Amino acid sequence: MEQDINIKITDRDGVTHEVLAPTDMAMNLMEVVRSYELAPEGTIGICGGMAMCASCQCYVLSETELPEMQDDEEAMLSEAFYVKDNSRLGCQIQMTQEMEGLEVELAPES
Amino acid sequence: MITTDILIIGAGPTGLFTVFEAGLLKLKCHLIDALPQAGGQCSEIYPKKPIYDIPAYPEILAGDLTDKLLEQCKQFEPGFTLGERAETIEKQEDGTFVVTTNKGTKHQAPVVAIAGGLGSFEPRKPLISNISSFEDKGVEYIIKDPEIYRDKKVVIAGGGDSALDWSIFLSDVASEVTLIHRRSEFRGHLDSVDKVQELKNQGKIKLITPAEVINIVGHHKLEAVVVKESKDKHIDKEYDIECDHFIPLFGLSPKLGPIANWGLEIEKNAIVVNNALDYQTNIPGIFAIGDVNTYPGKLKLILCGFHEATLMCQAAYKIINPGKRYVLKYTTVAGVNGFDGTRKEAPKAVVKTIE
Repeated sequence: MEQDINIKITDRDGVTHEVLAPTDMAMNLMEVVRSYELAPEGTIGICGGMAMCASCQCYVLSETELPEMQDDEEAMLSEAFYVKDNSRLGCQIQMTQEMEGLEVELAPES
Repeated sequence: MITTDILIIGAGPTGLFTVFEAGLLKLKCHLIDALPQAGGQCSEIYPKKPIYDIPAYPEILAGDLTDKLLEQCKQFEPGFTLGERAETIEKQEDGTFVVTTNKGTKHQAPVVAIAGGLGSFEPRKPLISNISSFEDKGVEYIIKDPEIYRDKKVVIAGGGDSALDWSIFLSDVASEVTLIHRRSEFRGHLDSVDKVQELKNQGKIKLITPAEVINIVGHHKLEAVVVKESKDKHIDKEYDIECDHFIPLFGLSPKLGPIANWGLEIEKNAIVVNNALDYQTNIPGIFAIGDVNTYPGKLKLILCGFHEATLMCQAAYKIINPGKRYVLKYTTVAGVNGFDGTRKEAPKAVVKTIE
Protein backbone atom coordinates (compact mmCIF):
# COMPACT_ATOMS: atom_id res chain seq x y z
CA MET A 1 0.00 0.00 0.00
CA GLU A 2 1.33 3.37 -0.98
CA GLN A 3 1.74 6.02 1.65
CA ASP A 4 0.13 9.41 1.95
CA ILE A 5 2.51 12.33 1.62
CA ASN A 6 2.73 15.55 3.62
CA ILE A 7 2.37 18.77 1.68
CA LYS A 8 1.92 22.42 2.64
CA ILE A 9 -0.66 24.55 0.86
CA THR A 10 -1.02 28.29 1.47
CA ASP A 11 -4.56 29.39 0.63
CA ARG A 12 -5.61 32.66 -1.01
CA ASP A 13 -5.96 34.30 2.40
CA GLY A 14 -2.33 33.52 3.21
CA VAL A 15 -3.10 30.72 5.68
CA THR A 16 -0.80 27.70 5.42
CA HIS A 17 -2.32 24.25 5.79
CA GLU A 18 -0.36 21.05 6.35
CA VAL A 19 -2.29 18.26 4.70
CA LEU A 20 -1.97 14.59 3.90
CA ALA A 21 -2.36 13.75 0.24
CA PRO A 22 -3.08 10.21 -0.96
CA THR A 23 -0.80 8.99 -3.72
CA ASP A 24 -2.87 5.97 -4.72
CA MET A 25 -6.08 7.67 -5.87
CA ALA A 26 -4.74 9.34 -9.02
CA MET A 27 -5.30 12.71 -7.37
CA ASN A 28 -3.69 15.89 -8.57
CA LEU A 29 -2.85 18.95 -6.50
CA MET A 30 -6.00 20.81 -7.55
CA GLU A 31 -8.10 17.90 -6.32
CA VAL A 32 -6.22 17.76 -3.04
CA VAL A 33 -7.02 21.46 -2.51
CA ARG A 34 -10.68 20.77 -3.26
CA SER A 35 -10.84 17.72 -1.03
CA TYR A 36 -9.67 19.84 1.92
CA GLU A 37 -11.89 22.75 0.77
CA LEU A 38 -8.97 25.19 0.89
CA ALA A 39 -10.55 27.32 -1.82
CA PRO A 40 -14.31 27.84 -2.26
CA GLU A 41 -16.04 25.47 -4.68
CA GLY A 42 -16.49 27.17 -8.03
CA THR A 43 -13.25 29.13 -7.72
CA ILE A 44 -10.85 26.26 -8.39
CA GLY A 45 -10.85 23.42 -10.89
CA ILE A 46 -13.51 25.10 -13.01
CA CYS A 47 -12.64 23.19 -16.18
CA GLY A 48 -12.40 19.99 -14.17
CA GLY A 49 -8.66 19.55 -14.62
CA MET A 50 -8.07 19.85 -18.37
CA ALA A 51 -5.51 22.67 -18.16
CA MET A 52 -8.11 24.89 -19.77
CA CYS A 53 -8.93 27.54 -17.18
CA ALA A 54 -5.95 28.29 -14.87
CA SER A 55 -8.22 28.53 -11.82
CA CYS A 56 -5.89 26.10 -10.03
CA GLN A 57 -2.73 28.10 -10.70
CA CYS A 58 -0.27 27.91 -7.81
CA TYR A 59 3.25 29.03 -7.02
CA VAL A 60 5.68 26.26 -6.15
CA LEU A 61 7.66 27.36 -3.07
CA SER A 62 9.74 24.27 -2.37
CA GLU A 63 12.55 22.78 -4.44
CA THR A 64 10.51 19.60 -4.95
CA GLU A 65 11.08 18.01 -8.33
CA LEU A 66 7.88 18.12 -10.34
CA PRO A 67 6.84 16.56 -13.64
CA GLU A 68 7.87 18.64 -16.63
CA MET A 69 5.34 21.06 -18.00
CA GLN A 70 3.42 19.81 -21.02
CA ASP A 71 2.44 22.00 -23.97
CA ASP A 72 -1.16 22.58 -22.91
CA GLU A 73 -0.17 23.67 -19.40
CA GLU A 74 2.44 26.03 -20.79
CA ALA A 75 -0.06 27.45 -23.28
CA MET A 76 -2.68 28.00 -20.60
CA LEU A 77 -0.21 29.70 -18.28
CA SER A 78 0.82 31.99 -21.12
CA GLU A 79 -2.74 33.30 -21.19
CA ALA A 80 -3.34 33.36 -17.44
CA PHE A 81 -2.94 36.33 -15.12
CA TYR A 82 -0.67 36.72 -12.05
CA VAL A 83 1.79 34.28 -13.62
CA LYS A 84 5.27 34.04 -12.08
CA ASP A 85 8.33 31.95 -12.93
CA ASN A 86 7.26 29.35 -10.35
CA SER A 87 3.66 29.12 -11.56
CA ARG A 88 2.14 25.71 -12.24
CA LEU A 89 -1.37 24.42 -12.79
CA GLY A 90 -2.34 22.25 -9.81
CA CYS A 91 -4.42 19.98 -12.02
CA GLN A 92 -1.32 18.91 -13.93
CA ILE A 93 0.62 17.83 -10.85
CA GLN A 94 -0.21 14.25 -9.93
CA MET A 95 0.53 13.33 -6.31
CA THR A 96 3.41 10.87 -6.07
CA GLN A 97 5.69 9.62 -3.30
CA GLU A 98 8.47 11.86 -4.62
CA MET A 99 6.45 14.97 -3.74
CA GLU A 100 6.74 14.51 0.01
CA GLY A 101 7.34 17.97 1.49
CA LEU A 102 5.91 19.92 -1.47
CA GLU A 103 5.01 23.51 -0.59
CA VAL A 104 2.74 25.62 -2.78
CA GLU A 105 0.74 28.82 -2.60
CA LEU A 106 -2.53 29.29 -4.47
CA ALA A 107 -2.48 32.13 -6.99
CA PRO A 108 -5.21 34.80 -6.72
CA GLU A 109 -8.59 34.12 -8.26
CA SER A 110 -9.07 35.70 -11.69
CA MET B 1 -42.90 39.29 -23.32
CA ILE B 2 -41.93 35.67 -23.97
CA THR B 3 -44.23 33.29 -22.11
CA THR B 4 -43.66 29.61 -21.44
CA ASP B 5 -44.31 26.87 -18.89
CA ILE B 6 -40.79 26.29 -17.62
CA LEU B 7 -38.22 29.01 -18.03
CA ILE B 8 -34.79 27.39 -17.98
CA ILE B 9 -31.77 29.49 -17.17
CA GLY B 10 -28.77 27.84 -18.79
CA ALA B 11 -28.73 25.89 -22.05
CA GLY B 12 -26.14 23.30 -21.04
CA PRO B 13 -26.79 19.54 -21.01
CA THR B 14 -29.05 19.67 -17.95
CA GLY B 15 -31.14 22.53 -19.35
CA LEU B 16 -31.48 20.83 -22.74
CA PHE B 17 -32.56 17.50 -21.25
CA THR B 18 -35.15 19.35 -19.16
CA VAL B 19 -36.84 20.35 -22.43
CA PHE B 20 -37.30 16.67 -23.30
CA GLU B 21 -38.59 15.57 -19.91
CA ALA B 22 -40.92 18.59 -19.72
CA GLY B 23 -42.16 17.84 -23.23
CA LEU B 24 -43.26 14.36 -22.20
CA LEU B 25 -45.50 16.11 -19.64
CA LYS B 26 -46.74 18.52 -22.33
CA LEU B 27 -44.91 21.43 -20.74
CA LYS B 28 -43.20 23.94 -23.00
CA CYS B 29 -39.74 25.36 -22.28
CA HIS B 30 -37.73 28.44 -23.10
CA LEU B 31 -34.02 28.71 -22.38
CA ILE B 32 -31.86 31.74 -21.61
CA ASP B 33 -28.08 31.55 -21.90
CA ALA B 34 -25.35 34.16 -21.71
CA LEU B 35 -23.36 32.31 -24.35
CA PRO B 36 -24.26 32.74 -28.03
CA GLN B 37 -24.78 28.99 -28.51
CA ALA B 38 -26.40 26.08 -26.65
CA GLY B 39 -24.31 23.48 -24.82
CA GLY B 40 -22.86 25.44 -21.91
CA GLN B 41 -19.39 24.35 -20.85
CA CYS B 42 -19.58 21.40 -23.25
CA SER B 43 -19.52 23.70 -26.26
CA GLU B 44 -17.68 26.66 -24.76
CA ILE B 45 -14.76 25.04 -22.92
CA TYR B 46 -14.27 21.52 -24.23
CA PRO B 47 -16.32 20.62 -27.34
CA LYS B 48 -13.58 18.30 -28.62
CA LYS B 49 -13.00 16.48 -25.33
CA PRO B 50 -14.44 12.99 -24.94
CA ILE B 51 -16.77 12.22 -22.01
CA TYR B 52 -16.78 8.62 -20.78
CA ASP B 53 -19.50 8.59 -18.11
CA ILE B 54 -22.67 9.32 -20.05
CA PRO B 55 -24.77 6.17 -19.59
CA ALA B 56 -24.80 4.04 -22.76
CA TYR B 57 -22.14 6.16 -24.46
CA PRO B 58 -18.76 4.51 -23.86
CA GLU B 59 -17.30 7.67 -25.34
CA ILE B 60 -18.86 10.85 -26.70
CA LEU B 61 -17.37 14.24 -27.53
CA ALA B 62 -18.85 17.06 -25.46
CA GLY B 63 -19.84 18.88 -28.66
CA ASP B 64 -21.57 15.77 -30.00
CA LEU B 65 -23.45 15.33 -26.72
CA THR B 66 -24.83 18.85 -27.16
CA ASP B 67 -25.91 18.03 -30.72
CA LYS B 68 -27.63 14.82 -29.57
CA LEU B 69 -29.47 16.61 -26.76
CA LEU B 70 -30.66 19.29 -29.17
CA GLU B 71 -31.87 16.59 -31.55
CA GLN B 72 -33.60 14.71 -28.73
CA CYS B 73 -35.58 17.76 -27.56
CA LYS B 74 -36.19 19.27 -31.00
CA GLN B 75 -39.82 18.07 -31.35
CA PHE B 76 -40.71 19.97 -28.18
CA GLU B 77 -39.77 23.22 -29.92
CA PRO B 78 -37.81 24.98 -27.20
CA GLY B 79 -37.39 28.74 -27.45
CA PHE B 80 -33.96 30.29 -26.95
CA THR B 81 -32.73 33.66 -25.77
CA LEU B 82 -28.99 33.32 -26.41
CA GLY B 83 -26.19 35.77 -25.76
CA GLU B 84 -28.16 37.39 -22.96
CA ARG B 85 -27.68 36.99 -19.24
CA ALA B 86 -30.64 36.54 -16.87
CA GLU B 87 -30.40 39.60 -14.67
CA THR B 88 -33.48 40.05 -12.48
CA ILE B 89 -36.45 38.00 -11.34
CA GLU B 90 -39.74 39.41 -10.11
CA LYS B 91 -42.59 37.42 -8.65
CA GLN B 92 -45.96 38.52 -10.01
CA GLU B 93 -49.26 38.66 -8.13
CA ASP B 94 -50.53 35.63 -10.05
CA GLY B 95 -47.59 33.58 -8.78
CA THR B 96 -45.63 33.60 -12.04
CA PHE B 97 -42.13 34.97 -12.43
CA VAL B 98 -40.78 37.55 -14.83
CA VAL B 99 -37.09 37.19 -15.67
CA THR B 100 -35.39 40.06 -17.48
CA THR B 101 -32.04 39.76 -19.25
CA ASN B 102 -29.23 42.29 -19.39
CA LYS B 103 -30.58 43.34 -22.79
CA GLY B 104 -34.07 43.90 -21.45
CA THR B 105 -35.75 40.79 -22.92
CA LYS B 106 -38.59 39.75 -20.60
CA HIS B 107 -39.75 36.18 -20.01
CA GLN B 108 -42.73 35.03 -17.97
CA ALA B 109 -43.34 31.53 -16.58
CA PRO B 110 -44.96 29.84 -13.58
CA VAL B 111 -41.84 27.75 -13.02
CA VAL B 112 -38.19 28.79 -13.26
CA ALA B 113 -35.48 26.11 -13.47
CA ILE B 114 -31.96 27.40 -12.92
CA ALA B 115 -29.60 25.08 -14.76
CA GLY B 116 -26.81 27.60 -14.71
CA GLY B 117 -23.79 25.33 -14.24
CA LEU B 118 -20.95 27.31 -12.75
CA GLY B 119 -22.65 30.56 -13.67
CA SER B 120 -22.62 32.78 -16.71
CA PHE B 121 -19.39 33.05 -18.64
CA GLU B 122 -17.77 36.45 -18.28
CA PRO B 123 -14.69 37.55 -20.18
CA ARG B 124 -11.45 37.44 -18.23
CA LYS B 125 -10.09 40.95 -18.12
CA PRO B 126 -6.34 41.55 -18.29
CA LEU B 127 -4.70 43.19 -15.30
CA ILE B 128 -4.31 46.66 -16.77
CA SER B 129 -5.02 49.25 -14.11
CA ASN B 130 -6.96 51.74 -16.24
CA ILE B 131 -8.74 49.27 -18.53
CA SER B 132 -12.19 49.62 -16.99
CA SER B 133 -12.36 53.33 -17.86
CA PHE B 134 -12.01 52.45 -21.55
CA GLU B 135 -14.64 49.70 -21.70
CA ASP B 136 -16.99 50.42 -24.61
CA LYS B 137 -14.73 53.38 -25.45
CA GLY B 138 -12.45 51.32 -27.63
CA VAL B 139 -11.93 48.29 -25.38
CA GLU B 140 -14.17 45.30 -26.04
CA TYR B 141 -13.80 41.84 -24.49
CA ILE B 142 -16.34 40.18 -26.77
CA ILE B 143 -16.85 40.84 -30.45
CA LYS B 144 -20.53 41.33 -31.07
CA ASP B 145 -20.65 43.27 -34.31
CA PRO B 146 -17.52 42.92 -36.47
CA GLU B 147 -18.69 45.81 -38.65
CA ILE B 148 -17.71 48.39 -36.02
CA TYR B 149 -14.09 47.51 -36.83
CA ARG B 150 -14.39 48.31 -40.53
CA ASP B 151 -11.41 50.40 -41.66
CA LYS B 152 -10.26 50.81 -38.05
CA LYS B 153 -6.95 50.00 -36.43
CA VAL B 154 -7.40 47.03 -34.15
CA VAL B 155 -5.11 45.44 -31.56
CA ILE B 156 -6.00 41.93 -30.38
CA ALA B 157 -4.33 40.27 -27.38
CA GLY B 158 -4.41 36.57 -26.56
CA GLY B 159 -3.02 33.25 -27.70
CA GLY B 160 -5.99 30.94 -28.06
CA ASP B 161 -8.53 30.09 -30.71
CA SER B 162 -10.64 33.21 -30.36
CA ALA B 163 -7.61 35.52 -30.68
CA LEU B 164 -6.48 33.63 -33.79
CA ASP B 165 -9.91 33.33 -35.39
CA TRP B 166 -10.82 36.97 -34.87
CA SER B 167 -7.42 38.15 -36.12
CA ILE B 168 -8.06 36.17 -39.30
CA PHE B 169 -11.59 37.46 -39.70
CA LEU B 170 -10.80 41.10 -38.94
CA SER B 171 -7.80 41.13 -41.28
CA ASP B 172 -10.39 41.48 -44.06
CA VAL B 173 -12.43 44.12 -42.26
CA ALA B 174 -10.13 46.38 -40.29
CA SER B 175 -7.52 48.64 -41.85
CA GLU B 176 -4.84 47.22 -39.55
CA VAL B 177 -4.76 44.15 -37.29
CA THR B 178 -2.05 43.65 -34.67
CA LEU B 179 -1.96 40.44 -32.68
CA ILE B 180 -0.06 40.48 -29.41
CA HIS B 181 0.73 37.41 -27.34
CA ARG B 182 2.99 36.67 -24.41
CA ARG B 183 4.64 33.79 -26.25
CA SER B 184 5.47 32.97 -29.84
CA GLU B 185 3.50 29.73 -29.59
CA PHE B 186 -0.24 29.83 -30.08
CA ARG B 187 -2.77 27.27 -28.93
CA GLY B 188 -5.44 26.74 -31.53
CA HIS B 189 -6.60 24.58 -34.39
CA LEU B 190 -3.71 23.85 -36.70
CA ASP B 191 -5.38 25.52 -39.70
CA SER B 192 -6.00 28.74 -37.72
CA VAL B 193 -2.34 28.88 -36.71
CA ASP B 194 -1.26 28.26 -40.32
CA LYS B 195 -3.67 30.88 -41.62
CA VAL B 196 -2.33 33.53 -39.24
CA GLN B 197 1.20 32.63 -40.35
CA GLU B 198 0.14 33.09 -43.96
CA LEU B 199 -1.57 36.44 -43.26
CA LYS B 200 1.47 37.57 -41.31
CA ASN B 201 3.71 36.73 -44.27
CA GLN B 202 1.39 38.70 -46.56
CA GLY B 203 1.58 41.65 -44.16
CA LYS B 204 -2.14 41.54 -43.40
CA ILE B 205 -1.61 40.78 -39.71
CA LYS B 206 1.12 42.36 -37.65
CA LEU B 207 2.35 39.89 -35.06
CA ILE B 208 4.14 41.03 -31.91
CA THR B 209 5.48 38.25 -29.65
CA PRO B 210 6.50 37.72 -26.95
CA ALA B 211 4.81 40.86 -25.77
CA GLU B 212 2.10 42.20 -23.55
CA VAL B 213 -0.19 45.22 -23.49
CA ILE B 214 0.61 46.91 -20.19
CA ASN B 215 -1.26 50.18 -20.41
CA ILE B 216 -3.88 52.13 -22.32
CA VAL B 217 -3.59 55.72 -23.51
CA GLY B 218 -6.38 58.05 -24.48
CA HIS B 219 -8.64 60.96 -23.56
CA HIS B 220 -12.22 59.77 -23.08
CA LYS B 221 -11.60 57.13 -25.68
CA LEU B 222 -8.85 54.69 -26.58
CA GLU B 223 -6.06 56.22 -28.67
CA ALA B 224 -3.16 53.82 -28.19
CA VAL B 225 -1.97 50.84 -26.20
CA VAL B 226 1.42 50.56 -24.53
CA VAL B 227 3.19 47.38 -25.50
CA LYS B 228 6.05 45.76 -23.65
CA GLU B 229 7.99 43.56 -26.01
CA SER B 230 10.68 41.17 -24.82
CA LYS B 231 13.42 41.31 -27.43
CA ASP B 232 15.39 38.65 -25.68
CA LYS B 233 15.47 37.33 -22.16
CA HIS B 234 16.78 40.49 -20.54
CA ILE B 235 15.87 43.37 -22.79
CA ASP B 236 12.33 44.72 -22.81
CA LYS B 237 11.24 47.62 -24.92
CA GLU B 238 8.11 49.63 -24.40
CA TYR B 239 6.30 51.60 -27.06
CA ASP B 240 2.85 52.84 -28.06
CA ILE B 241 0.73 51.44 -30.85
CA GLU B 242 -1.92 53.81 -32.11
CA CYS B 243 -5.28 52.10 -32.47
CA ASP B 244 -9.04 52.61 -32.41
CA HIS B 245 -9.87 49.32 -30.71
CA PHE B 246 -8.20 47.01 -28.24
CA ILE B 247 -9.73 43.53 -27.94
CA PRO B 248 -8.28 41.39 -25.15
CA LEU B 249 -9.37 37.76 -25.71
CA PHE B 250 -8.25 35.80 -22.67
CA GLY B 251 -11.12 33.37 -22.47
CA LEU B 252 -14.20 33.31 -20.33
CA SER B 253 -14.62 32.38 -16.72
CA PRO B 254 -17.93 31.45 -15.14
CA LYS B 255 -19.38 33.59 -12.38
CA LEU B 256 -22.62 32.95 -10.51
CA GLY B 257 -23.42 36.59 -11.26
CA PRO B 258 -26.82 38.23 -10.78
CA ILE B 259 -28.49 34.95 -9.72
CA ALA B 260 -26.61 35.31 -6.44
CA ASN B 261 -28.85 38.31 -5.67
CA TRP B 262 -32.19 36.63 -6.28
CA GLY B 263 -32.78 35.84 -2.60
CA LEU B 264 -31.84 32.19 -3.04
CA GLU B 265 -29.98 30.34 -0.33
CA ILE B 266 -26.37 30.05 -1.52
CA GLU B 267 -23.68 27.78 -0.17
CA LYS B 268 -20.23 27.10 -1.70
CA ASN B 269 -21.10 29.22 -4.76
CA ALA B 270 -24.09 27.00 -5.47
CA ILE B 271 -27.83 27.13 -4.81
CA VAL B 272 -29.13 25.04 -1.93
CA VAL B 273 -32.02 22.77 -2.95
CA ASN B 274 -34.25 20.12 -1.45
CA ASN B 275 -32.72 16.95 -2.82
CA ALA B 276 -35.09 14.70 -0.88
CA LEU B 277 -37.96 15.75 -3.15
CA ASP B 278 -37.74 17.92 -6.23
CA TYR B 279 -34.66 20.20 -6.25
CA GLN B 280 -36.75 23.23 -5.34
CA THR B 281 -34.91 26.21 -3.84
CA ASN B 282 -36.01 28.21 -0.80
CA ILE B 283 -38.30 30.16 -3.17
CA PRO B 284 -41.28 27.98 -4.19
CA GLY B 285 -41.52 27.76 -7.98
CA ILE B 286 -37.79 28.28 -8.49
CA PHE B 287 -35.75 25.09 -8.91
CA ALA B 288 -32.02 24.61 -9.35
CA ILE B 289 -30.67 21.58 -11.22
CA GLY B 290 -27.28 20.38 -12.42
CA ASP B 291 -23.93 21.80 -11.41
CA VAL B 292 -25.49 25.00 -10.07
CA ASN B 293 -27.13 23.35 -7.06
CA THR B 294 -25.80 21.84 -3.88
CA TYR B 295 -27.08 19.37 -1.30
CA PRO B 296 -25.47 16.76 0.93
CA GLY B 297 -23.59 14.34 -1.30
CA LYS B 298 -23.89 16.49 -4.44
CA LEU B 299 -21.82 15.39 -7.41
CA LYS B 300 -21.30 17.74 -10.34
CA LEU B 301 -21.88 15.21 -13.08
CA ILE B 302 -23.92 15.55 -16.26
CA LEU B 303 -25.73 12.31 -15.50
CA CYS B 304 -26.79 13.64 -12.08
CA GLY B 305 -28.14 16.76 -13.79
CA PHE B 306 -30.31 14.57 -16.05
CA HIS B 307 -31.83 12.83 -13.03
CA GLU B 308 -32.44 16.12 -11.23
CA ALA B 309 -34.10 17.60 -14.33
CA THR B 310 -36.46 14.63 -14.56
CA LEU B 311 -37.67 14.88 -10.97
CA MET B 312 -37.96 18.66 -11.20
CA CYS B 313 -40.30 18.37 -14.21
CA GLN B 314 -42.71 16.23 -12.18
CA ALA B 315 -42.84 18.97 -9.54
CA ALA B 316 -43.29 21.63 -12.23
CA TYR B 317 -46.24 19.64 -13.63
CA LYS B 318 -47.96 19.75 -10.24
CA ILE B 319 -47.45 23.51 -9.96
CA ILE B 320 -48.71 24.17 -13.48
CA ASN B 321 -51.58 21.63 -13.35
CA PRO B 322 -52.72 21.69 -9.71
CA GLY B 323 -54.71 18.62 -8.72
CA LYS B 324 -54.50 17.07 -12.17
CA ARG B 325 -53.86 13.33 -12.18
CA TYR B 326 -50.83 11.91 -13.88
CA VAL B 327 -48.76 8.74 -13.73
CA LEU B 328 -45.34 8.24 -15.20
CA LYS B 329 -45.44 6.81 -18.69
CA TYR B 330 -42.64 4.98 -20.38
CA THR B 331 -41.63 6.30 -23.77
CA THR B 332 -41.43 2.68 -24.95
CA VAL B 333 -45.16 2.38 -24.30
CA ALA B 334 -46.51 5.87 -24.89
CA GLY B 335 -44.10 7.00 -27.61
CA VAL B 336 -43.16 10.66 -27.93
CA ASN B 337 -45.68 13.20 -29.20
CA GLY B 338 -43.89 16.31 -30.38
CA PHE B 339 -45.39 19.80 -30.18
CA ASP B 340 -44.53 20.00 -33.88
CA GLY B 341 -47.03 17.25 -34.70
CA THR B 342 -44.47 14.48 -35.03
CA ARG B 343 -44.92 11.18 -33.29
CA LYS B 344 -42.32 8.60 -32.42
CA GLU B 345 -43.55 5.18 -31.35
CA ALA B 346 -42.50 1.58 -31.10
CA PRO B 347 -43.43 -0.45 -34.18
CA LYS B 348 -46.44 -2.70 -33.56
CA ALA B 349 -45.79 -6.37 -33.05
CA VAL B 350 -47.11 -8.62 -35.77
CA VAL B 351 -49.92 -10.98 -34.77
CA LYS B 352 -50.14 -13.78 -37.28
CA THR B 353 -50.82 -17.49 -37.26
CA ILE B 354 -47.97 -19.79 -38.07
CA GLU B 355 -49.36 -22.72 -40.05
